[in-house]
Amino acid sequence: MAYSNKVIDHYENPRNVGSFAKDDPSVATGMVGAPACGDVMKLQIKVNEQGIIEDAKFKTYGCGSAIASSSLVTEWVKGKTLDEAQQIKNTDIAQELALPPVKIHCSILAEDAIKAAIADYKQKRGG
Amino acid sequence: MKLPIYLDYAATTPVDPRVAEKMMQFLTMDGQFGNPASRSHRFGWQAEEAVEIARSQIAELVNADPREIVFTSGATESNNLAIKGAAEFYHKKGKHLITVKTEHKAVLDTMRQLERDGFEVTYLDVEANGLVDLAKLEQAMRPDTTVVSIMMVNNEIGVVQDVAAIGELCRSKGIIFHVDAAQATGKVEIDLQQLKVDLMSFSGHKTYGPKGIGALFVRRKPRIRLEAQTHGGGHERGMRSGTLATHQIVAMGEAFRLAKEEMAAEQQRITALRDRLWNGIKDIEQVFLNGDAQARVPNITNVSFNYVEGESLIMALKDIAVSSGSACTSASLEPSYVLRALGLSDELAHSSIRFSIGRFTTEEQIDHTIKIVHEAIAKLREMSPLWDMYKDGIDLNTVAWVAH
Repeated sequence: MAYSNKVIDHYENPRNVGSFAKDDPSVATGMVGAPACGDVMKLQIKVNEQGIIEDAKFKTYGCGSAIASSSLVTEWVKGKTLDEAQQIKNTDIAQELALPPVKIHCSILAEDAIKAAIADYKQKRGG
Repeated sequence: MKLPIYLDYAATTPVDPRVAEKMMQFLTMDGQFGNPASRSHRFGWQAEEAVEIARSQIAELVNADPREIVFTSGATESNNLAIKGAAEFYHKKGKHLITVKTEHKAVLDTMRQLERDGFEVTYLDVEANGLVDLAKLEQAMRPDTTVVSIMMVNNEIGVVQDVAAIGELCRSKGIIFHVDAAQATGKVEIDLQQLKVDLMSFSGHKTYGPKGIGALFVRRKPRIRLEAQTHGGGHERGMRSGTLATHQIVAMGEAFRLAKEEMAAEQQRITALRDRLWNGIKDIEQVFLNGDAQARVPNITNVSFNYVEGESLIMALKDIAVSSGSACTSASLEPSYVLRALGLSDELAHSSIRFSIGRFTTEEQIDHTIKIVHEAIAKLREMSPLWDMYKDGIDLNTVAWVAH
């Protein structure tokens, strides 16, 4: 499969692989996808008191594009406010990585993962 | 060591250099380029003689009569000709056909076409080991069943069906039995004097011959008749018109001759390499061999590595050329229908890799493969949320996934 150099770079040198402690109140988790579909993404964000994402980590089961998409969004969300992170679009991810059409769903999944993590954070704070 | 290492011999084999050399003698002005159908000069006679020698070489590998061999463009065409040809010729006897869900697309799609043409097809399930249950096959047979098509060696998992027993069953019911043997030649003994097989498809390029050439065995006693699918000059006793591709036919003949000569030694060597590979990876946690452990060819080893996804695994194994049953490697985004037919979960089907070993595989290549498989699995599991969940004792079937 002809992948862009960016996908291959993120795949071979994934940024921010790992997990934060779940019980840390500043940590929120978004897990999207399903094993049956061939991809599951877990994105974790660490948010400071000012509502800025200080750090992010991911673990992904999926194809090269899924891994690259999640690696990329961990870089992108860092330093952003929750509102800014909420604005990240799958089309930006797909464009940055030059994903082939058949892999667009990987970028959608990455966008969903950010939204799920933010929703989890808001729920934790609100609840 | 030259990288990448080719471990996809079930997809295609390189042409054996001895075969290529022979093939090149049938192309140029200096060689025997004639049309075997030219009856009026030496060029034609020489080409015809070469074709007939090749026909005998192919017949000898499977213990058939050379007059039972029809040349085609490959196993796909052979399957089409056999199934459509027999179904159409014997349609007055009945319009019911039987095949198996794990067949190659060349059989399944041909069956689908016949369904559109008014035939009825039963697609049999296989057992979890990939083999056909004879009792279930017998139950599926009806008075109006005319053709049963079951492959000898499965291209994805390498299991070998009990063609001898299936043949007896078909013959006892007067049903024509077609066997796709594209993956079988040179790997398992085929004796068509013994086997009650009526039609058998062969491929050149799975047995160190060139692509674009195949053959169909059409039994003479009892005589099987076919409706031709390609019309024209009446070549191949009217069953398959079209100028014979002398160079490809000669090459396939030579490849099959070598296969007969070297099969015993080669299979022994490949079995040793297969055992070396399997022993090197079987102790990785959550590794599963797909398909029956005994009834299979040594050339194909299909393995699922749980909690890693096949395409990313293939990317991590970039030094080895292998295939995956993962959806992501196919245009359809569906995981392998063969592995699904064995009852594998989607995860395991997505996580499968087919290693296929061949004539030019070395011990050094196998050892390197083992090493990079270990590294790749460790790397991807480190990245896999499913692996974490497994390690935390979470049953993935109980998780409410957000499917997309």
